[in-house]
Amino acid sequence: MTNPSNQVAIRNDSRPPAVVFSPTELEEVRRLQGLYPDKRGALLPVLHMAQETFGHISLETEQYVATLFDLSPAHVHEVVTFYTLYFQQPKGRHVVAVCHNLSCHLAGAPLILSHIKERLGIGVGETTDDGRITLQAVECLCACEAAPMMQVDDRYELNLTPDKVDRILEGLR
Amino acid sequence: MSEKVLTRNFDVADAHTLAGYRKTGGYTALAKAAAMEPAAILEEVKQSNLRGLGGAGFPTGMKWSFIPKGHTGPVYLVINADEGEPGTFKDRYLLERDPHALIEGMIIAARAIRSAKGFVYIRGEYVEPWRRFSAAVREAYDAGLLGTGFDIVVHRGAGAYICGEETGLISSLEGKKGWPKVKPPFPAIKGAFGAPTIVNNVETICQVPHIINRGAAWFAGLGSKTQGGTRLYSVSGRVNRPGVYEESCAITLRQLIERAGGVSGSGVLKGVVPGGSSAPILAAHEIDVTMDVDGLRSAGTMAGSAGVIVFDETVSVPEALMVVARFYAHESCGQCTPCRESTGWIYKMCHRLVEGKGRKDDLDTILDVAKRGAGTTICAFYDGAIGPYISYIEKFRAEFEALVQP
Repeated sequence: MTNPSNQVAIRNDSRPPAVVFSPTELEEVRRLQGLYPDKRGALLPVLHMAQETFGHISLETEQYVATLFDLSPAHVHEVVTFYTLYFQQPKGRHVVAVCHNLSCHLAGAPLILSHIKERLGIGVGETTDDGRITLQAVECLCACEAAPMMQVDDRYELNLTPDKVDRILEGLR
Repeated sequence: MSEKVLTRNFDVADAHTLAGYRKTGGYTALAKAAAMEPAAILEEVKQSNLRGLGGAGFPTGMKWSFIPKGHTGPVYLVINADEGEPGTFKDRYLLERDPHALIEGMIIAARAIRSAKGFVYIRGEYVEPWRRFSAAVREAYDAGLLGTGFDIVVHRGAGAYICGEETGLISSLEGKKGWPKVKPPFPAIKGAFGAPTIVNNVETICQVPHIINRGAAWFAGLGSKTQGGTRLYSVSGRVNRPGVYEESCAITLRQLIERAGGVSGSGVLKGVVPGGSSAPILAAHEIDVTMDVDGLRSAGTMAGSAGVIVFDETVSVPEALMVVARFYAHESCGQCTPCRESTGWIYKMCHRLVEGKGRKDDLDTILDVAKRGAGTTICAFYDGAIGPYISYIEKFRAEFEALVQP
């Protein structure tokens, strides 16, 4: 027979988890939960918060967030892995996401992407050794009037040329 | 050039603020609607021939009328600002440049459907539009326009094209992965959090204040016989002046391309995707078609989101199909087998065709798989994907065959 206490012992619950929101942040979690008819509606916003606070969403973070919503960690994991904006691994200080969909492709996105790869010495999905930049190729960001384009953190960078890309990359510290 | 309705504030520097919006006549429709019975608002929208501008083109007034009569519990108004259809960018302009138009339209729509709460689901990548719109919502609360019978919750998505599908959006809003739900029940009967819900696109709702202010007959007269109003066309690809153009639903595709400065690159047109990447492509000789829902349907394609992507003669159609197929393979949510499997395999086949490793049967296999999967899935995603698979190959077959190994 399995001793239930052995299962619990896999993780010592008396030890405070490494990821935990501050009291102010917890207040914000409760405010967000109160906006929805069912507090689970706030799961995506709270995961955004968790990512901003902890840098990425580790399995431990998923477990912690699950406790805030009375959800199973499996449900939270399913959500985190479904969406592209949640990072399960540490990311660079900046994320450079180059659109490679149709209008950007027609405007030279493949050239922009290969230029960035060469400049940074990394491939798509990789982070520079100094932790400065993570590079992504992404689907339509809906700025096709200014193709080719990319998103750098919160900003859209439009009408890219290799020269313009160089200037943008140099500005990222 | 059509009368400016939706774009009238795009060049007004402070129109995104409450004071600036009021200067342009903002919130006067709300005052008028507040004195109208909900049924009268609904009737006005019905008579205007407003149709959904997110993709499906469903008559808006009719959609609103599906809320069960005598329902006493909560009713939700959900705005689909999860713009993601490749080639579409007009909702981004509305959110950034005229956010109060959406808020005003929402308050009026909420009165018509007797909703006390609205959610605006903004795609996660749209950080600046989200900030702009959130700031406008705060202003509207401070001015007592919100919080006095109607509330708006601004919700950020997290990156998933499928959440632009209304039931996928609802799943996501409920804190789940964005898997679409089987219909019926339709959202108007059982939607977000189990309550009757109307899901409308940003642009659709931004039309509502104008309909109330200037009347259904005026609005209907701007468009075609079966679709009222102007709409925003996102024009990109090989044109000289890509951008957002407001034109009547009755404009032809040829006129629209001319408005955008004509074909760039070689200057010779090869084909046009008229309604976002899911719309079947039209060849160069097929562009004398009106851009309303029924006009494009009769041409064998769709108005969709009015994202117009122009190909000049130098564009490789097989390469374009590979790019589009990669998108559908990446964005399939994985729930239905025909979609999950076909989008992945078709992308692989398109990829090897472009690499010059295509096999003799590949083209017919893609067409066969695409056609047999039609209508077999829960949502319209796969039916959208087969639009390009079939039309690109059937209309430009020689170009594909030239890539196949003999």
